[in-house]
Amino acid sequence: MKEKDKKEKDRQGIGSYESVTEEEKNRFVREVAHKKYEYGFSTDVQTEIIERGLNEDVVRLISSKKEEPEWMLDFRLKAFRYWQTQKQPSLAHLKLPEIDYQAISYYADPTKGRKKNGPRSVDEIDPELMKTFDKLGIPLEERLALSGTAVDAVMDSVSVKTTFKEKLSERGIIFCSISEAVREYPDLVRQYLGSVVPYRDNYFAALNSAVFSDGSFVYIPKGVRCPMELSTYFRINARNTGQFERTLIVCDDGGYVSYLEGCTAPMRDENQLHAAIVEIVVNENAEVKYSTVQNWYPGDADGRGGVLNLVTKRGHLRGANSKLSWTQVETGSAVTWKYPSCILGGDNSQAEFYSVAVTNNYQQADTGTKMIHLGRNTKSTIISKGISAGRSQNSYRGLVRVAPKADGARNYSSCDSLLLGNQCGAHTFPYIDVRNDTAIVEHEATTSKISEEQLFYCNQRCIPTEEAVGLIVNGYAKDVINKLPMEFAVEAQKLLNVSLEGTVG
Amino acid sequence: MMLEIEDLHAGINGKEILKGINLTVKAGEIHALMGQNGAGKSTLSNVLVGNPAYEVTSGRVRFNGKDLLAMTPEERAHEGLFLSFQQPVEIPGVSMVNFMRAALNAKRKYHGLEPMSSGDFLKLMREKRKIVELDSKLANRSVNEGFSGGEKKRNEIFQMAMLEPTLSILDETDSGLDVDALRIVAEGFNKLRTAETSAIVITHYQRLLDYLKPDVVHVLLGGRIVRSGGPELAAEIEKRGFDWIKEEASLD
Repeated sequence: MKEKDKKEKDRQGIGSYESVTEEEKNRFVREVAHKKYEYGFSTDVQTEIIERGLNEDVVRLISSKKEEPEWMLDFRLKAFRYWQTQKQPSLAHLKLPEIDYQAISYYADPTKGRKKNGPRSVDEIDPELMKTFDKLGIPLEERLALSGTAVDAVMDSVSVKTTFKEKLSERGIIFCSISEAVREYPDLVRQYLGSVVPYRDNYFAALNSAVFSDGSFVYIPKGVRCPMELSTYFRINARNTGQFERTLIVCDDGGYVSYLEGCTAPMRDENQLHAAIVEIVVNENAEVKYSTVQNWYPGDADGRGGVLNLVTKRGHLRGANSKLSWTQVETGSAVTWKYPSCILGGDNSQAEFYSVAVTNNYQQADTGTKMIHLGRNTKSTIISKGISAGRSQNSYRGLVRVAPKADGARNYSSCDSLLLGNQCGAHTFPYIDVRNDTAIVEHEATTSKISEEQLFYCNQRCIPTEEAVGLIVNGYAKDVINKLPMEFAVEAQKLLNVSLEGTVG
Repeated sequence: MMLEIEDLHAGINGKEILKGINLTVKAGEIHALMGQNGAGKSTLSNVLVGNPAYEVTSGRVRFNGKDLLAMTPEERAHEGLFLSFQQPVEIPGVSMVNFMRAALNAKRKYHGLEPMSSGDFLKLMREKRKIVELDSKLANRSVNEGFSGGEKKRNEIFQMAMLEPTLSILDETDSGLDVDALRIVAEGFNKLRTAETSAIVITHYQRLLDYLKPDVVHVLLGGRIVRSGGPELAAEIEKRGFDWIKEEASLD
């Protein structure tokens, strides 16, 4: 085993600001923080919200609202009973605010409320909801859609609409909400749900398995290349509700799909909980690309409010020669706790993790990946770019494990941190566990700062400081941004600039 | 008058380095600024372009009639001031193409112009990099990253060609250049000269001035200009060094 440069670093940013006073700077940052979260509006729509609190009856109520079969309810109850025996873990390097699980409502349906009498057809979507998604840049009318992208739009606990379903089904592709899948494709769902992330996996996985609301289900049949990008857009709207996204993607032998998820939420003073599970199954010769642009409300400049984003994402590369890549651009949320991981089971399977995580103000991000090499000649690549500003804390936490039978396994990891300002922190925790002598594991890490000299050089060349920061940050993140589908790469780039506005000078 | 410096006092970290600079530069003129290390040459250039690390304690600077010291560094650049840095900084990840496009469009915006189209911009880049024989590959690399000393200096003049400043300050642009690179840089600079553009050239050597043919040569000593003359002054310094000027200055 070669192990280059195994490091554990923990650095505090050191740097100097220009001569603005602390107060002026804070005021500026506050203005920017308020102004710049463009998605902070809320939708005034009649929403059916169940009473706050969590117990077995609530789990049963959710299941019955979704008209679920018995086995699904059993799945939920098992998870719930397990969850009750567990304690919320203290998360390394994250200060998680106290979550009162009895103070949250576990089901909010914005599609109910209107039209109490009479049947609700697919076409009859509340115009307010349509408007909301339009405003978010996600038109739900197929004729207006981004070219080549099908969308499942989820607000609070319910999928509002899934576009291009019929067109996709012509090729045998299933793309629908998970609730619909449980009813319409019970055999498929039953076979795979919880097979990658069992409910016992962790505290939040157990919670999610008990009360999950909506998310997407994707099935790509053997030998089918999905002709369009599939995407799910998650929106939290209602107050004091938790969103429990559940997504399941199964890509059968020789299939291919590129999937993208986007997230936003209104600005609220209280924290909102988003505890999600995403499971991906990749069979022989199949390939899945999963991209996330996460822009949940990050809280205000003083650290009030914001989404608690506690997510378990995992892909199982079951078949030989299968491929899975996770690409994530994380700019939102007050707290992000997520490690999109890969179990490289099939021989010659390949996994990639590309991440840009931006934290500003009081945001905390603890994100990274786990690459578990089980099959022979498996290969994984990790490229992580952390950008910290304000008083935020940004950690990369990753595990590379090579099992005894994983002959010829290879991993390359590169974790870079960029610091803006002198009150933020960047941390790197790479764990490496190699049990096979033929494995090659490489790890590189750097920490850098945007220097005054660089900014002044840009200024002298006509470029104002904020634009200069954007240019440098985008340059720094471009290896990851370039992995995103084209339209989203442009969005992500803009998002990076907006998230960091007001951080320098 | 393009540039008028009156009794300028400035320093860094609380230490006064410029102790009353007076200098005027007319349109079309090239002024050479010579002097030993520590005389204040680089301080003067940094103060003129507004480097925040330096502090102006008193004095006035007018640039085309405007109060230069009241402007931000980027405003000074928009108004036509350019510094060819002695040690250009590296900006990893930012390609020269993106950097120059941001620079040029920022300047165009300031002057009320639309951003340049990608096609026109790339054409302009191609044209301008020929002036300093800059490789097309360099233009696609990150700003100054991995450039040799000579390439960095040529890259500075290339940027000058792109931004078309009215007053350029060359801060030891000749340092670290071999004979050929010096010729390329100097000839490139000369191609960019017009009757409306001026320059302040900071150098230790006659070689660069042989190419640029300054109108006026100044000697900076202890934070003041102690002697000004024609090109023959530079030749004399090349021959005799600075000591005789020091001695004469101390007699004043």
